[in-house]
Amino acid sequence: MTLLEALKSKRLFVDGGMGSLLQAAGLEPGELPETWNIKHPEVVTKIHRDYLEAGANILTTNTFGANSLKYGPEKEYDLAPVVEAAVANVKAAIAETGKQGYVALDLGPTGHLLKPMGDLEFEDAYCMFKQVVEIGAKAGADLVLIETMSDSYEVKAAVLAAKENCDLPVFATMIFNEKGKLLTGGDVSSTVAMLEGLRVDGLGINCGLGPVQMKGILEEILKTASAPVIVNPNAGLPRSEGGKTVYDIDADQFAQTMKEICLMGATVTGGCCGTTPEHIQKMVELCRDIPVSIPEKKDRTVISSYAQAVVIDRDPVIIGERINPTGKSKFKQALKDQNLEYILREGVTQQDNGAHVLDVNVGLPGIDEPSMMVRVIQELQSIIDLPLQIDTSNIEAMEQAMRIYNGKPLINSVNGKQEVMEAIFPLVARYGGVVVALALDEGGIPETAEGRIQVAKKIYAKAAEYGIDGKDIIIDGLCMTISSDNQGALTTLETLRRVRDELHGKTILGVSNISFGLPQREIVNATFFALAMQAGLNAAIINPNSEAMMRAYYSYRALANLDPQCSDYIDVYSGQVTTLGATTVKGGSGKHDAAAQGNMSLGESIERGLKERAHAAATEQLTDAGRDALDIINQDMIPALDHVGQGFEKGTIFLPQLLMSAEAAKAAFEVIKDHMAKSGQTQEKKGKIILATVKGDIHDIGKNIVKVLLENYSYDVIDLGKDVPPELIVRTAVEQQVPLVGLSALMTTTVPSMEETIRQLHVEAPWVKIMVGGAVLTPEYAKTILADQYCKDAMASVNYAEDVIVTKN
Amino acid sequence: MNGIQYIEIPRTEILRYLGYGRHEADEQVHSLVEQCVQELKRTAQPRHIVREFPLQLKEDYEIDCTCLVTHSKNLWKNLADCDRILLFAATLGTEVDHLIERYNKIQMSKAVILQAASAAMLEEYCDQVNENIKREYLEKKLYLRPRFSPGYGDLPLECQVPFSQAMELNKRVGITLTDSLLMSPSKSVTAFIGVSSIQRECTTKGCEVCRKTNCAYRRG
Repeated sequence: MTLLEALKSKRLFVDGGMGSLLQAAGLEPGELPETWNIKHPEVVTKIHRDYLEAGANILTTNTFGANSLKYGPEKEYDLAPVVEAAVANVKAAIAETGKQGYVALDLGPTGHLLKPMGDLEFEDAYCMFKQVVEIGAKAGADLVLIETMSDSYEVKAAVLAAKENCDLPVFATMIFNEKGKLLTGGDVSSTVAMLEGLRVDGLGINCGLGPVQMKGILEEILKTASAPVIVNPNAGLPRSEGGKTVYDIDADQFAQTMKEICLMGATVTGGCCGTTPEHIQKMVELCRDIPVSIPEKKDRTVISSYAQAVVIDRDPVIIGERINPTGKSKFKQALKDQNLEYILREGVTQQDNGAHVLDVNVGLPGIDEPSMMVRVIQELQSIIDLPLQIDTSNIEAMEQAMRIYNGKPLINSVNGKQEVMEAIFPLVARYGGVVVALALDEGGIPETAEGRIQVAKKIYAKAAEYGIDGKDIIIDGLCMTISSDNQGALTTLETLRRVRDELHGKTILGVSNISFGLPQREIVNATFFALAMQAGLNAAIINPNSEAMMRAYYSYRALANLDPQCSDYIDVYSGQVTTLGATTVKGGSGKHDAAAQGNMSLGESIERGLKERAHAAATEQLTDAGRDALDIINQDMIPALDHVGQGFEKGTIFLPQLLMSAEAAKAAFEVIKDHMAKSGQTQEKKGKIILATVKGDIHDIGKNIVKVLLENYSYDVIDLGKDVPPELIVRTAVEQQVPLVGLSALMTTTVPSMEETIRQLHVEAPWVKIMVGGAVLTPEYAKTILADQYCKDAMASVNYAEDVIVTKN
Repeated sequence: MNGIQYIEIPRTEILRYLGYGRHEADEQVHSLVEQCVQELKRTAQPRHIVREFPLQLKEDYEIDCTCLVTHSKNLWKNLADCDRILLFAATLGTEVDHLIERYNKIQMSKAVILQAASAAMLEEYCDQVNENIKREYLEKKLYLRPRFSPGYGDLPLECQVPFSQAMELNKRVGITLTDSLLMSPSKSVTAFIGVSSIQRECTTKGCEVCRKTNCAYRRG
């Protein structure tokens, strides 16, 4: 019987702890437990045998920490022999006992946090897991058990590595805390959504907690999961006794609680830290005869980010449409300039204004869309915890984005065309996701609701062939502008109603298309939006910064009994005194900015760090006073920045003020830049400067401070980011003929990589001047690693840049 | 879970980390600091782990904590008269890193304030936990020495590796090490705390133990 057949027909039990038993057998502190697969196979095999005798039938290999960071050609042991021996030890135990058992290839975490918050690349983590999977599968494992994971991104790398490199069933279990959170911030719902999207064969919890504390988590899992659920707790909570870790419940208590866990609906149970063959034996005795249970299939349409899940159901979901270059010249320019800051701000503003999901579209002729899509998704998911909608017609961009996305994405889009379905559905089956399906096909957009329903049915049927459930499809009823088709809105509304009532499906619309070609579009959009919600619309792609649209949203929810006690409505609008008026953009800073300082000069508003006032003052100077843009920069702004800079150097002004001034100046520069662009003027940059935090260093706050100031002094800063290899810095310096490079290092451990970067720069780009900074550096230290200049702070970097670049010119 | 109900983040410490020394911050900065503190309180997920091990102080400043062995004259002296040692680790969680990263990308002034505020919050959290542990041990007539972290004085940063393994920091509290021995989440602390039956009124801790006496951020 295969494991997956057995899973449905009888209770399966996983074994218990390995590490503590090896310690009891003499494993030294610091000694790698997996080496015992080779050094002491008899001890490891004996442990497996004891678990088999106790009644466990899923036996985990002693490979928790086996990865290429610890094992390899240069290390004491190579990876393959260790993993092969681990599988062989389980097989030997099975043969010796004559019992039936399945060999679970155990994959534990790498010990590193993935980028951008840590230092391990997603694809490198994938490769580490892939190596173990290939060796283990070849050696004869029956399943892959990914366990003790606390990071959704890392577990995604591990599941993909298992799914793509062997045909074995894959189980994945994670550590949750008592509040039901992963240590990296995700919750039960977001984790289940992602793992089921990746098509794991079983999912659950292990480690971290004892069985008693796990009951609450299990309850949560059972509410959302459709896959078999695995529960492998510790033997209670740990405490320290004479240097040894002991756990607070004994085998009898463990077994009793595990019985309750089986009765609650767990499919597979076992143990983790502190559990022994005795725990497993008592658990098996009490649970063996409880009929096996697989959770019932849930009809939940859900997407997730690393941190949270968003359920798409009756309560409409707002998808922010602003990250999209269509019709936005500034956005197009930002994409061409690779100005991610502009794009990220669009994301943050929409979140502040109430978006639940962000659409991401970076399609523009002439840019490398796959790589831009990947960069934007990576940056967005490092600063925003909302799920993303990957919006592209470029299949390569779609696949790459889905792969590196940390969660279960919304995918925009598929339609009824055979070719498109055949390209998109395999990706959904592989990476998981909810896919937006446009109700059109080779025959174009059906004019009637009936036609659209027929296309929708075709799409559901085709998706099912790929194992994609109807819950993971969301039908776009299509909005045709009423200015060209008077029937357009009615057809769309009928489509929404029929998808809801006849197909029991979910719907989505790009709402604002409805008013294309009309004046005052928001009036039409908002009314149509309300009608669409009433017709069953589950998700709306709109501009959340539009007050009119959000008014429709909040009032509809209150009217439709989706907002208990109207509390969200009251939260948002009770403080608002104005009645209907112009669209306002909420969020951003500075309530007290605006009020008082009505007449403050541009210079003073920069010195005092008042962003909104600086913005307004620059506009006044340009339009009301009609002054020349360059005059404003040279006569008002630069002296103000200089004044602040001097104050900083004298110690009368401090870092936050320096930066607030810089941000105010930046806000004013933006107004001036726009104005200049309209009149065809350009502002000369003084010169290019590369900034980078050196390899091995993942803290870049210091470098970013320097960047803000240099940009204000009109330098063209090439920001290579953090953890930057020397080769990339050298290549960029040579290709772009850069006169000055600024390097930052925070730790003594990363100064050697700064030294190496300088050495390579001296060889390959001898003209380059190098300035360095960072917490551990001193002028003397900078000299010994052959840097040209030590900069104690950001102003010192500006001064040195002026020396090197301006004076030279 | 960790017995700490409320962490008051000291504003004076935040300003000290920002380089203000004894100077006053203006109203703009104060209001930004308050915004940051509120966001930080909503975001941080403070947690810690502590375990006790038998301790042996050997020749050549060798410190044998049972689960790991290291060498350091400074720590060795700090641990005089101790026969047990606590290994302690605390973190504010990756959520704080995401928050700082967010402003790192869009508003540097808030990023630097959050950086300072989260450092102050972590320190305050560690102090409170430390105080609780101290009280527990006092009941057993045992006295704690000041916290001492890898990288202080001559205690090598390299002992982070066995420390992290012995304490299973990754799975217990979610602290990982980079190849260059930085901790992520970045707002994390590891420390040794000596336990002795002999009371010793002492001693320097934190800033004052550091040899970099010209540091702009030095306390006092």
